[in-house]
Amino acid sequence: MDFFNQDLTSLHADLVNKKISAAELAQATLANLKQTDAKVDAFLNLNEDAALKAAQAIDAKGINPANVLAGIPVGVKDNIVTKGLTTTAASKMLENFVPVYDATVVEKMLANDMVIVGKTNMDEFAMGGSTENSAFKVTKNPWDVSRVPGGSSGGSAVAVAAGQVPVAFGSDTGGSIRQPASFNGIVGMKPTYGRVSRWGLIAFGSSLDQIGPMTRTVKDNAAALNLIAGNDVNDGTSSKREVPDFTAGLTGDIKGMKIALPKEYMGDGIDPKVRDVIQAAVKQFEDLGATVEEVSLPNSRYGVSAYYIIASSEASSNLQRFDGIRYGFRAQDVKNLEDVYVRSRSEGFGDEVKRRIMLGTFSLSAGYYDAYFHKAGQVRTMIINDFNKVFEDYDLIIGPTAPTPAFKIGDEISDPVTMYMNDVLTIPVNLAGLPGMSIPAGFADGMPVGLQLIGKSFDESTLYKAGYAFEQATDFHQATPDLGGAH
Amino acid sequence: MAEERINAEQVKHVAELAKLEFTPDQLATFTGQLEKIIGMFEELSTVDTTGVPVTSQVNDRRNALREDVAVKSDESERKALLANAPETANGLIKVPAIIDESGDGE
Amino acid sequence: MNFVTTIGLEVHVELKTNSKIFSPSPVQFGSEPNANTNVIDWGYPGVLPTANKGVVEAGIKAATALHAEIEQHTYFDRKNYFYPDNPKAYQITQHEKPIAHDGWLEIEVDGKTKKIGIEEMHIEEDAGKNTHESDYSYVDLNRQGTPLIEIVSKPDIASPEEAYAYCEALRQRIQFTGVSDVKMEEGSMRVDVNISIRPAGSDKYGVKTEMKNLNSFNYVRKSLEYEEKRQQNVLMSGGQVQQETRRFDETTGKTILMRVKEGSDDYRYFPEPDVPEVEISDDWIAAVQKTIPEMPGSRRKRYINDFGLTAYDAGVLTQTKEMSDFFDATVTAGADPKLASNYLQGDVNAYLNENKVGLLATKLTPANLAGMIKMISDETISSKIAKKVFKAIMGGADAVEWVNAKGLVQLSDPAQLQPIIDQVLDNNQQSIDDFKNGKDRAVGFLVGQIMKQTHGKANPKVVNQLLMASLKAK
Repeated sequence: MDFFNQDLTSLHADLVNKKISAAELAQATLANLKQTDAKVDAFLNLNEDAALKAAQAIDAKGINPANVLAGIPVGVKDNIVTKGLTTTAASKMLENFVPVYDATVVEKMLANDMVIVGKTNMDEFAMGGSTENSAFKVTKNPWDVSRVPGGSSGGSAVAVAAGQVPVAFGSDTGGSIRQPASFNGIVGMKPTYGRVSRWGLIAFGSSLDQIGPMTRTVKDNAAALNLIAGNDVNDGTSSKREVPDFTAGLTGDIKGMKIALPKEYMGDGIDPKVRDVIQAAVKQFEDLGATVEEVSLPNSRYGVSAYYIIASSEASSNLQRFDGIRYGFRAQDVKNLEDVYVRSRSEGFGDEVKRRIMLGTFSLSAGYYDAYFHKAGQVRTMIINDFNKVFEDYDLIIGPTAPTPAFKIGDEISDPVTMYMNDVLTIPVNLAGLPGMSIPAGFADGMPVGLQLIGKSFDESTLYKAGYAFEQATDFHQATPDLGGAH
Repeated sequence: MAEERINAEQVKHVAELAKLEFTPDQLATFTGQLEKIIGMFEELSTVDTTGVPVTSQVNDRRNALREDVAVKSDESERKALLANAPETANGLIKVPAIIDESGDGE
Repeated sequence: MNFVTTIGLEVHVELKTNSKIFSPSPVQFGSEPNANTNVIDWGYPGVLPTANKGVVEAGIKAATALHAEIEQHTYFDRKNYFYPDNPKAYQITQHEKPIAHDGWLEIEVDGKTKKIGIEEMHIEEDAGKNTHESDYSYVDLNRQGTPLIEIVSKPDIASPEEAYAYCEALRQRIQFTGVSDVKMEEGSMRVDVNISIRPAGSDKYGVKTEMKNLNSFNYVRKSLEYEEKRQQNVLMSGGQVQQETRRFDETTGKTILMRVKEGSDDYRYFPEPDVPEVEISDDWIAAVQKTIPEMPGSRRKRYINDFGLTAYDAGVLTQTKEMSDFFDATVTAGADPKLASNYLQGDVNAYLNENKVGLLATKLTPANLAGMIKMISDETISSKIAKKVFKAIMGGADAVEWVNAKGLVQLSDPAQLQPIIDQVLDNNQQSIDDFKNGKDRAVGFLVGQIMKQTHGKANPKVVNQLLMASLKAK
């Protein structure tokens, strides 16, 4: 079965009322998934046997009526470690790597009776915006399989957009949840830095990474964030703030909400058709009783440079552990230690990962640190100050998620700078650690366009509230791609 | 480009630090790409950051400290860790000999 | 030509915490390979460090003992380098904002005291251990993540002798805080040295050479002495000292070139994003400082002023915290300080040397030592019996119980002793005659007879008094 006509609430009702058992749901999900994945390649690795076993166990103890996620099939991005289930981060470096522990978010999924059906494709080590950087397969956009799904959480986005699962989890370092959500017409939330534990997320940019949910609707997304949010003793950077019920306050009433629209987000680099969609969204918010005013985030234009220095520097250090010694890929016929290092890493990493490692190593190296890494850290402060200033007067910021809709597979992969510019609207949010969400806002030439909502620190609730009101007033989220006979 | 920002020699040096190696063709491609990306970074030099502090973390925690209590992992974890290593011997991780003593040695 | 020597020391001290600095694995010596490791210690994909509060507090204690200023807003950095014993290929250390800076230590060389400045002290994680064989190396990660403090001296040390004294002073003060055993032989204290010389009168430092991981204070002194001479010879013969890392060969006493340093290593330090910054409040510092044990200087003063010990005795007793703590506990248990001091420096020390063990490795307890000393003081036992008691308490016996069980309580009661004396006199008329004729040796013989009768338990003082009185009455 696909999940085009069901949300978590209705699925849960079916499970509680025994219209379908968790095992039947898992079976039907996997059957559909295998069929559709032949067209979109969203999954790297299925968890078939364990999923069915887990579902049977859940049936045996009964569906908890208070837990909307019980028995629900879920896809997990392959940079989130799953004990006993191969986790590759879409890299040859970890092709046969079997983790010995579960990520905290995975523990929470299992403890709350979610059924993990498989691991989703991504750009290698989450580096990229098209999922073309996977060492194993290129995931296709279900709205037009000649186009990219975005990235790096392309597999998770497509799994939801193609109706394979009702919810999937991704990670977002510079837009990796929101941009593919935008490209696929789904809801993707990058929570506030520290809202969700990173324990078990294979690190890319440690001061930027967050795990977040990807769903078809705002309400489903809020329910999924409820599950994974909260302090974790294993992650010192995870916040101790109390976690509100994100599904509360979804009333559709946003009268009096003060919304800011940064002029930099509607400038020259933005596809006019995307701008039209956002303008229509602005009108929609005004019709709902909110006020929308133009503001300025003057330093956001430097975000891409600052981000690629900071994220690559952190990544260059984080990825040094992949050295062919304790786990993962080791090159054949190595003569000495230097060989183990250099050949394992040169053969195990793909080009984009190597580029980032080189950029980061360069930015941190003697003689360049001040001009690059240090400077980027200062610019980061200025970008944060810009946001703080706007949030003195406004409840949230809106704008496009990405400058364009999904581009063609192969179009940008050879031009890193053009590829990096795709993240210009999402990056500042990670630099500032703020919550950001993309929701379906319309179409441009038949491809989905996402609206980005940016909130104050730890104020995901306002994003959900506004997103829900917009969603109720529109029907973009109900549109589904036609995969040609798959359903 | 008016000024050379990074040349093949520097790229090679950075690759050495990062324990990566490139064929001459790859080196040429990478040098060109890195030159372009670092060229983009140059825009930061135009930003006046005088007196602006550096942000290196955006978490809301201070003193995220654990009590000093030891927890020994069980034997099965040790076995699983050793099982994932490419080569082991007598409970130790085995690696081809170190020829160059360039480690910190601490 | 005269030269001025400048020596810098970087000392690593392993902290004696329960768990590692960024992982809850136990800190423990001598376990099976990789037994004290978990996914964090192995640098597994997805793991994160969680900082140990005990390490920060140990840092506060050590900083206090080194008279250093505590950095109240401190954080960690990553130091990047590849090595098999360094599983993340970066070490979490402190580079920009170490926990303490600007301290000092007082050293004494040839009767003169001198203050040696401490540049900074930081906390960091130790690496695992590599064992090298011909074709392979073997990695044990048990030590990975063991907390270290690194203490960097200012260039105030002017001779190998001062370097030795600095090591001694540092070891002593750190040991008294209780944060480390500071044992060179177990590797819980490791010393890196660097040395340069320059012509007297020049204000420009010379090129320095360094030697790492010296594992005894003697080697610190010897290697520096050799290196000082070598550099002098190089300069005298018109050569130039190279910036290089050298190794001290313990058998020949020479230093050998390992590698020439070209510029500085590029460790690409940057702030550790995974560990939130640490803020150390005045209150926290005060609370931790309250738990720091008394430092040796204060103890010495107390021993001299309160207990009447000599400065020499006070110095010997405060050489190690072990000894000083034992002495204090013995006195607290009621022993006469002077006697306790004598026993610890005499019989106990001889025992330790003979058996090559540490004080805490023996079965002796302060309570038993005090028990024996109290019995000596109140004349419950004789000093002769005390020798037997000492052997027993070194074997773990309870002093009082053992003396009672063996019936070794000294006979001091005249009513019990007089009949024995009378009997001995009756049987030795010859000795009485000798005494009367002025032969004092006869007294010794009679005392010996009395002791024999009492199996050595008679109180010699009382015996003497009674015997003299009896002889004179004859």
